[in-house]
Amino acid sequence: MSEGMNELNEHRAGKLHGLWALTNRELKKWYKAPVIFILSIVQPILWMGLLGKALNIGSLIPTNIPGVDPKVVLLQTFGTSDYFSFMSVGMIAFTALFTTMFSGMSVVWDRRLGFLNKALSTPVSRAVIIFSKVLSATLRSMFQAGVIILVAVAFGLVFGPHFTLLNLLGVFAMMFLVCVGLSSIFIAITIRSTRIETPMAVVNLINLPLMFASNAFFPIAKMPYDWLKAIANVNPLSYTTDAVRQLLIYDTNWGQLGLDFAYVGVFAVVVATIGIVLSWRFLTK
Amino acid sequence: MSEEVIKTEGLTKVFNHHLTAVDHVNFSVKHGEIFGFLGPNGAGKTTTINMLITILKPTEGKASVLGFDIAKQDNDVRNVIGVVPQEYTADEDLTGLENILLCADMYGIPRGAAKERAADLLRLVELTEFKDKRVQTFSGGMRRRLELACGLINRPKLLFLDEPTLGLDVQTRTATWNYIRTLKKEYGMTLFMTTHYLEEADTLCDRVAIIDHGKIIVVGTPEDLKHSLGGDVITLAIKEDADVSELIKKVDNVKDVKKEDGSYRIKAEIGEVTAPSIIETLRKKGYTVTKLSLTEPTLNEVYLEFTGRSLRDAEESREAFAAQRMTMRRARQ
Repeated sequence: MSEGMNELNEHRAGKLHGLWALTNRELKKWYKAPVIFILSIVQPILWMGLLGKALNIGSLIPTNIPGVDPKVVLLQTFGTSDYFSFMSVGMIAFTALFTTMFSGMSVVWDRRLGFLNKALSTPVSRAVIIFSKVLSATLRSMFQAGVIILVAVAFGLVFGPHFTLLNLLGVFAMMFLVCVGLSSIFIAITIRSTRIETPMAVVNLINLPLMFASNAFFPIAKMPYDWLKAIANVNPLSYTTDAVRQLLIYDTNWGQLGLDFAYVGVFAVVVATIGIVLSWRFLTK
Repeated sequence: MSEEVIKTEGLTKVFNHHLTAVDHVNFSVKHGEIFGFLGPNGAGKTTTINMLITILKPTEGKASVLGFDIAKQDNDVRNVIGVVPQEYTADEDLTGLENILLCADMYGIPRGAAKERAADLLRLVELTEFKDKRVQTFSGGMRRRLELACGLINRPKLLFLDEPTLGLDVQTRTATWNYIRTLKKEYGMTLFMTTHYLEEADTLCDRVAIIDHGKIIVVGTPEDLKHSLGGDVITLAIKEDADVSELIKKVDNVKDVKKEDGSYRIKAEIGEVTAPSIIETLRKKGYTVTKLSLTEPTLNEVYLEFTGRSLRDAEESREAFAAQRMTMRRARQ
């Protein structure tokens, strides 16, 4: 032992070393804590079962008016004759937003408990410290998205005519892009907070407005105000949701899908760059 | 490698353009010594340590750690130093072993080597039987030892300890001191520590620097600093009603004698040797010593002498205060 202790640390690490260790540290807090893990699976079941099924939009359309077929009305409004399918996909974007935001909170604790300083005193790269947070939030959201799809199918989600298992890969790719963007910017905010209340307030301020000013639960074309439509039309969640609908429940419009991916891709790259630069600056002050 | 493990020249940190936390600090730490940074909360101890461990950039001045420039070669510095922070940074949801392996991963140590080192370190800090228990269940002393093990995973030549016994009870504190002494003695490690416990600096450190308001006030061995105050104080009384001041003054090493209400207050160097010679001198002349006490100056008096006041506790940031409170609370678990 004494012989060993007197040797210098001979291991020189590469640029990305520690990325998986730090990411896994975050993920372990989730999958190794049975209560939190089970709740993260139960949550979509409850939401989908209660909210999803409670909003029985189809029943609002009278069936006794001649020439009005509720299914056609629904199809024209939502692009699918089944509102539940429409909104369960919205739920995926919803979960991406919430999971990335809340899992970013751990940065505040890392700072308060001194873990962040400890990590900064090791040769692990500053970028890796930030990436590990982004990656763990992203992986967690992608897992949740998978659970939602399974639950939605169990509750009666109707797939589009061209659905194949390959489309699922597209869904996860979309989730990856939007989560990387969202969590990067959110971590840039939380890393500056010394108390958990500040990012919580920010989250509570923006998450629901961002959610409802999108096509997650209601189509943009039917929104009453132009300003609301304008917001919804630039909201990346609208594009995320549309892409997932194109892939899962619509008669896929490839042009539209390409546009969705381009929009969210640019959003992710721009926002992640800003977020990572801001975090980087903070960590190298 | 040079004898000087740490060397700073005019090291300065200014926060937000006006708050000078560390003000042109110069000192050096020699190979193989335990160097203590002593000062009240908010004196600039942690800011200095944070610059040396490369998590803060100096505003001015420079410093080298094990021959590497802390600003230009920061990653080289990180590779060769170990850090034991003031806080308990181990993840409560992970086990002791998992925490050590996480630290190993941050240094890029391959898993095989990391496991061997972790087993050695767990033995060193006597946590082997608890390695698979979650840190949540650890006591304050166990957490402190785990932090120590994590700080040693990269086999550092120089270990930084920030308030290593904050919040620990007396017994655990003594045990922690023993681990620190072992590192110095058996592994020839150089240790840089901060503390605001004077007796800790006194028993543990080879040299201490007293820092206040961001400036180093004095550097020296605890012995030298205490002697600089003018030596020990011997108080004695004799049975006879006579003035023996002149007689006492003639004894070797006696520097000053004052008669106060029937007793004598004597300032002397090496009190434990001088006191018996005084008794012997007085006895030869037929006087009988009835009372005698010997007080060696403590670092507390040194501290008072140089800073003009006792260790204060106020004036620190809310965040630092909260972190310290949290550490102390968890130490008591």
